[in-house]
Amino acid sequence: MSNQAVAMPRKTRGPWAVAFAKLARDRAAMASLAVFLLIVLACLSAPLYAQWAGTDPFASTLDAVIQIDGADVPVMEQSTEGLGLGYTPLGPTWRLGNYFLGADSQGRDVMARMLYGGLSSLLISGAATIFTLIIGTAAGLIAGYFGGITDTVLSRLLDVLWAFPIYLLAISLSIVTIAQGISIGPIEIESGSLWLPVIIIGIVYVPYVARPIRGQVLSLRHSEFVFAAINLGVPGWRILWRDILPNITTTLIVFVPLMMALNMLTESALSFLSIGVQPPAASWGTIIQDGQALLYTRPLVALVPGLAIAVSVMALNVFGDGLRDALDPRSKVRLGRD
Amino acid sequence: MKKLLFAASVAALLAGSWLAPAQAEYLKEHRGGTIRLLARSAAGTLDPHINYTDQGWQMYQPIYDGLVAFRKAEGMDGFTIVPDLAEALPTVTNDGKTFTFKLRKGIKFSNGQDMGVKDVVASFQRIFKVSGPTSGTFYAGIVGADKCLADAKSCTLEGGVVGDEAAGTITLNLTKPDAEILYKLALPHAVVLPADTPAEDMGSKPIPSTGAYMISAFDPNKGMTVSRNPNFKQWSEEAQPDGYPDVVQYDFGLSEEAAVTAIQNGEADWMFDALPSDRLGELGSKSMDQLHISPLSAWWYAPLNNRLAPFDNEKARQAVAYAIDRNTLVKLFGGKVLASPVCQVLPPDFPGHEDYCPFTKNPGTKWSAPDLDKAKQLVEESGTKGQKVTIIAEDTAISRSIGVYLQSVLTSIGYVADVKPISSNIQFTYIQNTNNKVQMSITQWYKDYPAASDFLNILFSCASFREGSDASINIAGFCDKDIDAKMQKALDLGVTDQKAADKMWAEIDRQITDKAPAVGLFTPKRLDFVSKRVGNFKFNRQFNWMITQSWVQ
Repeated sequence: MSNQAVAMPRKTRGPWAVAFAKLARDRAAMASLAVFLLIVLACLSAPLYAQWAGTDPFASTLDAVIQIDGADVPVMEQSTEGLGLGYTPLGPTWRLGNYFLGADSQGRDVMARMLYGGLSSLLISGAATIFTLIIGTAAGLIAGYFGGITDTVLSRLLDVLWAFPIYLLAISLSIVTIAQGISIGPIEIESGSLWLPVIIIGIVYVPYVARPIRGQVLSLRHSEFVFAAINLGVPGWRILWRDILPNITTTLIVFVPLMMALNMLTESALSFLSIGVQPPAASWGTIIQDGQALLYTRPLVALVPGLAIAVSVMALNVFGDGLRDALDPRSKVRLGRD
Repeated sequence: MKKLLFAASVAALLAGSWLAPAQAEYLKEHRGGTIRLLARSAAGTLDPHINYTDQGWQMYQPIYDGLVAFRKAEGMDGFTIVPDLAEALPTVTNDGKTFTFKLRKGIKFSNGQDMGVKDVVASFQRIFKVSGPTSGTFYAGIVGADKCLADAKSCTLEGGVVGDEAAGTITLNLTKPDAEILYKLALPHAVVLPADTPAEDMGSKPIPSTGAYMISAFDPNKGMTVSRNPNFKQWSEEAQPDGYPDVVQYDFGLSEEAAVTAIQNGEADWMFDALPSDRLGELGSKSMDQLHISPLSAWWYAPLNNRLAPFDNEKARQAVAYAIDRNTLVKLFGGKVLASPVCQVLPPDFPGHEDYCPFTKNPGTKWSAPDLDKAKQLVEESGTKGQKVTIIAEDTAISRSIGVYLQSVLTSIGYVADVKPISSNIQFTYIQNTNNKVQMSITQWYKDYPAASDFLNILFSCASFREGSDASINIAGFCDKDIDAKMQKALDLGVTDQKAADKMWAEIDRQITDKAPAVGLFTPKRLDFVSKRVGNFKFNRQFNWMITQSWVQ
């Protein structure tokens, strides 16, 4: 009997496991993911925080008085010097649950609004990302696979959308729908609904997903396994679903954080311009707008949501880059017009 | 009316003679220099027959003249009508329907042309030819105006404005007496321009003027330069006084924050726009001597659509009026120094105003506190509880804040409310058009001239409501035939007995307030911030700060 060990064939890891292992080794991506998840968790806790703090982040509370170190402090303080003009909102108390970041010009707790605002921003950007991916992927798959007149029509439609500067298109659509909402056949969306910015943002970014997907599908369409499936008489939709879609999944996954970052920026811009999330609801964009009138006396009201947007977008972008490197290192996927 | 006008002109003459020596001395000492003004943007067209903005009207005062003018004096004296291009106030005949003006001689336009009868006649025609914004309202009572309104291009006002070159007189014939016609003639829409001024909106092209100053350069994106009119010789200190600065430089484009800083640093002398709210505390304590607070004849209000649920129900409207805490709104506007709570339509110190407030905890003359219990009870009684209400606010910090506050008030009394701020450029016309189905909005009304009808008749008469029009200034869609008839009576009574008419207007004010077609929020005050070098600040109740009556050296 030999003592020599039998050489066992080495178990190879699947592509997903390899990708995740690679992603896990990317410290910058993992740190970004942690930061983003922390922000998401904090925002999800918004209702709990407001309940705990005993504050209504949507109602005007100009006459509210809070206690700090046993002393009564008005949330809106009238100037007592000189002519006694104007009211200044309470500054940050740095006490969680008690106007941690101070008050805005309506006497509302900025911290509670920040959390609710983050929730709105994340929900809108997340939902818009899903919307864009579904429509963009469908358009890219159909145009790339069926080609011919279908491709021509879809591609020209995408070109029309592509031709508009993103923000100009988003602002125009928002202005048109802001007062009356959308009412097309059975689709009815009220003007104050969060679905309105979701759909507008979702639509304007469709070409950014559809075009690269179409390119990938075009090349997959001429691959041998697709020819084989066609020759075997497999229906087109089945080939798309079973053979082509799985091959573009990594690209779609890479799109998610990058699209979400872009959507978050667009949502903030629209809300800042009063054509996104409508008051009294909050989003980081609306809080910056509220803070604009307080830049001189209470700059934090505008700075904190600005910082939150910057950190979230940066975290999503860094994580998105890491994800791309891990899943599809040869990919040329970039969001933009380059 | 004749008696009243005579008394007014004697008083004006006396006051003028008192002022004369002082002005002459000051002119010697302080004449010259450039006064520098700032605004976020230009006030639109330069054409005085078309421009309908506070900013434009204020700037036109030292530039253009009409047959009569509002006296260039401080405070309530600024509401007095004085002769301007006319030698004296008109003689009134034909039961108050004919007004004859004798034109002054020797007045020239800034381009050197003589001003004469033909210019006056042409200017009246031009009001209609350019379809001036008030041609169909203020000047519709002139004989022949109906034809001009129907066919503006061939407007002659035949029989309505008759010039006599030889006698140097202008005769104005009205279809019926109008107690407010002199006020209307003193507005910039009725100033006299050269007869050959094209009958079209002159936009950015300055039109020659008769006043102490003329517009010498204008770029709507950069600024406006107003310099002395070389052909001006003072004919009436009350109507068109000579000014102190040689040049008024009005620059556009700077934000309010930057404008405040520029004034603090002495780089500018005044800003048109409202001071940013977060600078009020600092300015009120550190720059008190540079601030001027003046009363305005204005009304911030929330029109409630009387033709749409839930506010087609009077009790629902009254509920809102009871529920709103005016003190909160005053706070949002900057505090009690800058605004006062109101319930009624007519502003304080305005003709016909008598203190009245039914929608408060202790109903009487003044608002004291909101009555939420009463408001909730009225909502229950009206059967409108739980209905959806959308408030349309302007996309400005203050209007948005008020909208958010009103949303929370409506929610607290049982409605499902939301607020939509829309661009200031379109909000005012948007809320007027019934096609937009606006239930509640936030807006303001600033007087055109000091008469109760300018608020009550314009904002709440049946004639001011136009279905589907962007120009339906009766935003609430309120129409009460009895109140309408009473307003007509008050207008007629004003021709012979203005005091009695004002009593009647006070009663109408109460009746309209009771029906709550709109909710009065507060009366604002004007806060002017000037540089340290600005002297002799004088605020006229009609056209605000008299820019060229201040000196900078």
